[in-house]
Parts: sequence; structure tokens; C-alpha cells
Amino acid sequence: MSAQNQAGALQAMMNWIDDRFPLTKMWKEHLAEYYAPKNFNVWYYFGSLAILVLVLQLGTGIWLAMFYKPDAQEAFASVEYIMREVPLGWLIRYMHSTGASLFFIVIYLHMFRALLYGSYKGKRELLWLFGIVIYLALMAEAFFGYLLPWGQMSYWGAQVITSLFGAIPFGIGDTLQLVIRGDFVVSDATLNRFYSLHIVGVPLVLLGLVGAHILALHEVGSNNPDGIEIKQNKNAQGIPVDGIPFHPYYTVKDIMGAAAFLFIFALIVFYMPQVGGLFLEHDNFVPANVLKTPEHIKPVWYFTPYYAILRAIPHKLTGVIVFAWSVMILAFLPWIDTHPVKSIRYRSVLYKALVMTFALTFVVLGWLGMSPAEPELSELGLRLGELYFAFFFMLWVYSKDRSGSFYIGAFVFVFITLGFIDAIRYDESKGMLMLVSAVLPAIYFVYFLLAPVVSSLNQDRPVPERVTS
Amino acid sequence: MMKNICLAVALWAAATAAMASGGMHLLEAKPDIHDKASLQHGAKLFVNYCMSCHGLSYMRYNRMAQDLGLTDSEVADNLMFASDKVVNLMKVAMRSADAKKWFGSSPPDLSVIGRSRGANWLYSYLLTFYEDPAPTRPFGVNNVVFKDVAMPHALWSLQGHQRYVSEPVKGKVKAEHISSLATDPKGVLIRREVTLENGEVLNVTDRLVVDISGQLQPGAYRAAAHDLVNFLVYAGEPSKLQRDAMGIWVLLFIAILFVLTRLLYKEYWKDVH
Repeated sequence: MSAQNQAGALQAMMNWIDDRFPLTKMWKEHLAEYYAPKNFNVWYYFGSLAILVLVLQLGTGIWLAMFYKPDAQEAFASVEYIMREVPLGWLIRYMHSTGASLFFIVIYLHMFRALLYGSYKGKRELLWLFGIVIYLALMAEAFFGYLLPWGQMSYWGAQVITSLFGAIPFGIGDTLQLVIRGDFVVSDATLNRFYSLHIVGVPLVLLGLVGAHILALHEVGSNNPDGIEIKQNKNAQGIPVDGIPFHPYYTVKDIMGAAAFLFIFALIVFYMPQVGGLFLEHDNFVPANVLKTPEHIKPVWYFTPYYAILRAIPHKLTGVIVFAWSVMILAFLPWIDTHPVKSIRYRSVLYKALVMTFALTFVVLGWLGMSPAEPELSELGLRLGELYFAFFFMLWVYSKDRSGSFYIGAFVFVFITLGFIDAIRYDESKGMLMLVSAVLPAIYFVYFLLAPVVSSLNQDRPVPERVTS
Repeated sequence: MMKNICLAVALWAAATAAMASGGMHLLEAKPDIHDKASLQHGAKLFVNYCMSCHGLSYMRYNRMAQDLGLTDSEVADNLMFASDKVVNLMKVAMRSADAKKWFGSSPPDLSVIGRSRGANWLYSYLLTFYEDPAPTRPFGVNNVVFKDVAMPHALWSLQGHQRYVSEPVKGKVKAEHISSLATDPKGVLIRREVTLENGEVLNVTDRLVVDISGQLQPGAYRAAAHDLVNFLVYAGEPSKLQRDAMGIWVLLFIAILFVLTRLLYKEYWKDVH
């Protein structure tokens, strides 16, 4: 057959498929003729990297499920069997455990990118909401999966987190806790249902949501580091002048990003799979023992920022409510931050400082959640918890031009609110500690609420017409 | 913002310092699982001194033979007392119910002890048994890093008997803790931080001295303990030998892949301005 005939035959086959399934149409819509802004920077790798990690987790997970035994008597030993006797089992297992942690690193950076460039603005509210539900599903997936090795930390971590549901009043909590555990304590029944949810239930939900997330993105179009809508600037053919087809430009760029990511991934898998007890905890190499509570129970690092907030609050039900809201509040971001300028590049000095302080708060909270619950650290956790929520309040305050008296009014409101919180949690033995730690929110609010009154630090910069680089 | 950062850093530093003082600085074991002679010696010590009570129930004799550079028959003739087939798991012969009756609790399996406790802890543990005549101590010994442990000093015939010699402290003690362990030619040094009732903080150094010597001099005993710990670290993760060897090739492959994908990217992006 000549080359011409071959091409003709291929075309005929494509036509045959296209008459029955929108293959070419989908290819064009989502890849070859999906116009993405040409100025993506390094932050824009994390979306495609998240898909890569998802695929790696599914692949390694399928292989692990071939050897793992979800049975309280056999689970721990079956993991060691995978590590020692299954050919390359250790590689598959380390890929899965490292992938879990890297999934969260990638997702946190992906979410932070959205915060930096206002990627939830301009008809992207649903896109953001799908993303938040993916994040919640991912947390559930990680939590269920962490019980499976059936080590001490698996067991007691699950025991502590499931007991949080028991704090819900009106008898709902006890029933809910019983349903989640399938028993009065975490047991073989819990292991079986967590396994089922980990390998079937949540992955199905995740895949569906990722599809919805991408569809929503392609409907509205991608944001970019300048926060400019490229669809507002089209040429005669109706193609955005600052856009380039996703394929081949971003496919080749993302493949390069994937190679760089895989290098770091392999470095961890082969040379530091435990990451000093962060990715795989030391206590989890002791089989679960119902009779022996470990000295220091802590979740894996990706949950510790929220855990620090939970632990800092002395009242259990209040703690659980605040804990739940510390995650849920992220869903409301598009309605809290309604400022017309999307990108941090063209926002004020104070706004930049605000976002950076939030990032720092989150990281320090993460470290606190891993540390033992000393009174000083717990107090610091509470103050940083206040700053965590303060960020969302400040986003709302900064979402439009405010008068000097508005800022002063907001300052008085915050002063009264935090004073009220300190009054109800006042404890004589901690009086001095509370007073000293109050410096933290004091500086925060003096700076962010009073500086705009007396200076022009909250002045935004003009946004250019076209993307800059 | 700078103020906030400085404050956070200051609080962080203070908190870290406060935490660090609670922990004990252990002796450093410096394990090297690529040292086959050390692993072989450690394996010999393990089967002779530990395995009557502690198993390595996720480990097979022939896997150990392969990784330690021994033949199956060498292992069968020299290291196999509790089993008759080299394909068997290195399980302990003692029944768990008997063990519980004799020791109060059944001795744990040591397959992954190197990963849960860590090499430094194990090394410090093996070096810091000392005589404790208190009637509550069933075997007449105690341990510095694992206080009131139920285990007897299984290696006493090698190390001999150590006596705990504490440095006298004048004044009423309010609180104390061990800050670090160290070794010198004569034995182990235990540095304690003592806080007196009047608020004074003293640093005192206690010693473990060999009272009745064993078959080995202190230096030789430390070397033996190192080899045993090294073997336990290996047994905790035998596949580390494989991943150390394989990793470099995988990284090299990905590095080349990265260069190629970067060239491809540069080529395509030439026309984007």
C-alpha cells in the first residue's frame, strides 16, 4: 500500500469513528483547539502533575490490592510480605506511599496558585467548588488508606479521627461513629469498610469529579498569572491573540514538567521513602495494638495544619466545629474575595503581605500539629488558628475600596471578638501565656487594618490590557 | 509582615528548644548495610543470643543467605537452630503462651524493630544495661533508655556486668532528665540535667562501669553491638539493598528523559512570542 493510500485508509477509519463517536470533536475541543494563555509560569504545572499522580496512585494501588489482605490478623504481615517477597513489591508500595504525600504537595501548590492569581474569579466558581470537593475526597481517600497497613499510628489515628464524629450532639454523633467504624472501636470491621471505600468508593467519586473539574475549566477557559481574560482579545478568526493551542504547546511543556517531577519522585522512592518519619511514620512499623495507646498520636503531615487548630481548642464540640469550618471555609472563597483584580501581581503591598502571612501560618500550623501538645505550642496553635480565619475576614475587607472609618470599625470589631474569645477560654494558669501570645493577632490587625488608614500601602496597581510575558 | 515573620520564627525557635530538651541524645550507631562482614557477624550474634526469644518472622533464611553473601548450606550449618529448611521464615521456637508466662509479656518480633526504634536507639539500648538489685527487677538488671524493661541482659556474657555510678548532687532535686549519652574507653557516660528546688540547674555526668568483665573488652563489645544493630537495620528492610542499587539508574534515565523533553519543548516554543 502506498503512503497516500495509507493516509486515505486512516482518514476513512477516523470518519467511521467520528460518525459514531465525537472523537475528533473532543480532541479539538480539549486539546488541539483549546486555547490556553501563553504566559503560564511554573505554578501552572501542578494541574497536570495532579493527574499524573492520580494515575500513578491508581496503577500502584491496583497492584497493591493484588497482594494486600484487609484482615486485622493479616494486614500488617501482608504489607511486609509485599515489601520483602513480592518481586518489586517494595517499589510499588513506596511509589504508593510517596505518591500519597506528593499528591497533597501538588494539590496544595495547585490551590495556592488559584489564590495567587484569583483563579476562582470570573465565572470560575463551579470550577473552584469541584476542586474543593476533589480536595475533600482526597482527604477521605488518604484517611481510609492510612488505616490499611494496620500499624499503631494507623490504628490510633483512625480511632482519634472517627471519635470526632462522636462529638456531634443529639445522639447523631454516636450513631454516626458506629456506622463509620462498623463496631464500637476501630476493628476488623472498620478495616474492611475502609478498604472498600479506599479502593472503590472514593476513587470512583474522584475520577468523576476530576472530569467535571476539567470540563468546567475548558468551558470558561484558563486564567493566567496576569489574571486577564484572553477571550476578550480575539483576532479575526475568533482565536484569542494571547492564546496558544494546548496541544502541542502545553502537552510538550507539561511532559517536561512531568519528567522533572518524576526525578524528585524517584529520589524519594529510592533514597528516602520515609522522609525522616514524615511520609512513613516510625510508629507505624509497630503492629496495631488495641491495648497500648502510643505516647504521641498525630496524623500524617498533610492533615496537621487542621489538626493543630482542632487540638488548640479546649472544648471538644467547639473544636470539631472549628476544625470542620477550617476546611469548609475554602469553598466560599469566590464569594468572600470579590475584588475585580484577579492576579496578586496587580494587588496592593498589603494584599501581598496578607497572602504570604497566610501561607506562613498554614506551614507553621502544620509543624505544630506534628509536635507534642505542650501548653505553649497549644496556645500558639490557637493564635495561628485565629490568624488562619482572620485571613478570610481580611480578604473580604480588602475585596473593595473601604473608607478609613470602615477599617477602624473593623479593627474595633476584631478587637471585641478576639477579646470575647479570650474571655470565655480564660484560664488563670495560662493568663500570662494568653497575654504574651495576644501580641501575634495584635500586630497582625494593627498592620493589616490600621496601615491602610494612614498610608497608601493598600493601593492596587493598574492591570495591563494584554498578558505581559 | 517582617514583624510577623520574625515573631513566628522567634516563637518557633523557643518552642523547638523547649521540645529538644525533653528528648535524649542517643549514641550514634552509624549502620552500613552494605558492609557484609558486619552483617554476617550481626546475624551470628542474633541467632546465638536473641533468637531463642525474638523471631524475625517476615524474614527467610535463604533470603538472608543471599543478601549476606552466604550459601544456603553455610546458613543451614551455622545459623539455623530453630528450623530445618532454609526456605522457612526465621520464627522463634518458643511458644508465645509460654513466653508470656516466663517473662510477663511475650518478646516482640524484631523484623521491623530497626525501622520503628531506629539504629541509634537499639545501639544505646544494647550498651546501657546495668545491675539493679531492686527486688522488683526480675533479672537483676535495668536499662537507661528503656527503664524497667522486662528483658534480661541477653549479652551479659559478652559485655560483663555494668554498675551505675552516679555523680553526687548536693541540694534538693526538683526535676531531672538525661540529656545525652556518650562513650569513652571505659564505658558509657550519662549526662543528666538536674534542676534543684532553688532553681539552680546542674549538669552532672554518671557512668556505667564494667564491674565483672565479660568475654569482650568494652571497645570490642561496642563493635559487636554495632554489628548486631546493623543486622537488625538490614532485617527491617532487606529491599533497601535493591533500591540503593537500582535507584541511580532510574534517576539517570529520568535525567536523560528530562533533557530530551526540554529540547522538544524548546523546539516547539520557538514560535511563541
